[in-house]
Amino acid sequence: MQIEILYFAWVRERIGIPRETVETNATNVHGLVAELSAREERYALAFSDISALRVAVDQDLTDFDATLNGVREVAFFPPMTGG
Amino acid sequence: MLSVQSNAFDPGDILRNFSENVGGAGAVVSFTGIVRDNSGTLDHMLIEHYPGMTEKAISAIMASASKRWNLTACTVIHRHGHLNPNDMIMMVATASSHRVEAFQAADYLMDYLKSRAPFWKKEVSKDGSIWVESKAADEDALNRW
Repeated sequence: MQIEILYFAWVRERIGIPRETVETNATNVHGLVAELSAREERYALAFSDISALRVAVDQDLTDFDATLNGVREVAFFPPMTGG
Repeated sequence: MLSVQSNAFDPGDILRNFSENVGGAGAVVSFTGIVRDNSGTLDHMLIEHYPGMTEKAISAIMASASKRWNLTACTVIHRHGHLNPNDMIMMVATASSHRVEAFQAADYLMDYLKSRAPFWKKEVSKDGSIWVESKAADEDALNRW
């Protein structure tokens, strides 16, 4: 299936692009992270410590166990600093 | 009312307009956040956000506040993009029959906007730039509610 992936803040800078479409068979976010990390060093580096990252699936904040069944959009970013 | 915008806003205008349209509330509370220069070297701040999720997340926080407290009106304005020191970043206004509810709801909105609305601040100085890190205290603040 195809999923749109978005990166924000230093995750975007480390990976070098704001978004991309990927073809994946991952069933949950952990699986997707493993696939991306295996691609290239810059991904491995960005995902080296997922405790420093947050994930949103279809624009809802969730956790890395979240399933990707029917999902269109996944975003990775550091903890938010609004306000 | 919710507005996520790059342009500046006038808190006086917003508050006057808000206070005139509060459906008979007896209390209005507002908070305005301003860009600080802690180090004395800040040139400007860049605020990144996640278009779509930003509106979705803030709307959910506002709905949750309106459900929890008896609010007659509620407004959130949050800027993104390039901001200079002393620029106003964001504003929250709440209206209720009683001041305690208006104060608590505004406090709640601020706590949640800080760590649940998808914004990321980058401080740019002459020496370089740094992403502002979230604080454990910001996450702990959510446990108050």
